[in-house]
Amino acid sequence: MKIINKFSMTMSSRSANEGFARATVAAFAAQLDPTLEEINDIKTAVSEAVTNCIVHAYREEIGKIYISGEITDTNVIKIKIRDKGCGIEDIETAMQPKYTSVGGERAGLGFTVMQCFMDSIHVRSCVEKGTTVILTKKISHRYISNG
Amino acid sequence: MSVDISVNGEVTTAYINGEIDHHSAASIRTAIDNAAELNMPSLLILDFTRVSFMDSSGIGLVMGRYRNLSRRGAKIHITGTSPQIYKVMQLSGIEKIATIDECKK
Ligand SMILES: Nc1ncnc2c1ncn2[C@@H]1O[C@H](COP(=O)(O)OP(=O)(O)O)[C@@H](O)[C@H]1O
Ligand SMILES: [Mg+2]
Repeated sequence: MKIINKFSMTMSSRSANEGFARATVAAFAAQLDPTLEEINDIKTAVSEAVTNCIVHAYREEIGKIYISGEITDTNVIKIKIRDKGCGIEDIETAMQPKYTSVGGERAGLGFTVMQCFMDSIHVRSCVEKGTTVILTKKISHRYISNG
Repeated sequence: MSVDISVNGEVTTAYINGEIDHHSAASIRTAIDNAAELNMPSLLILDFTRVSFMDSSGIGLVMGRYRNLSRRGAKIHITGTSPQIYKVMQLSGIEKIATIDECKK
């Protein structure tokens, strides 16, 4: 397995950037020639991870969100979304479907979406230091390219 | 992002335009709630035909409208979902609180 391309970017935790982040990652993923469903799965999962940085990690402040991605010659995309916000005390509880720590109209389904729409999700978190979410998905081979 | 409202007797339809995420959800919510307060529908139809993307914020949006409307016995119907939106809706068990049409292809 070889990494054939990478990107990284940093953005402010402003909600206007939610659309920007998922569109950027989708454009990067397009190199693997995904189906529309695969592209939409990636967009939705990234939207959830980035929104969590904005809503939860940097609740009362504007901080930085670090997004990076890589694709491999085995047609796998890996996306890392990292913040230096409040961190998650109990990851297992946070990942339960319908669990949300804030009131209002959060559905508590962000992690569920990420789990169901991607092949794997890894969450690393440290209270007061921040959280890293790593999402991977293998894109179905529609044809073999030697580019 | 915008919401167009049409009223037909007891039925209010909200045609949502654009992408639904945490950023856009607040103004969509306000537009729908204002229309519901004014018209007191017994059925609220949420039309997603012109929604190009939705994440779990859209689920929160539907659940919140359900909480308000069900108090006076009003119902919610969801229509016009794309396969992407339908897939997100299905994760949430939304059919327990609203009726939903099959997605368009
Ligand atoms: N980046 C993050 N930093 C801090 N807390 C987080 C982060 N991501 C998720 N969480 C916690 O995990 C919970 C569940 O997240 P999620 O499944 O996306 O649901 P929701 O965002 O609707 O609350 C959140 O309510 C929050 O407490
Ligand atoms: Mg979330």
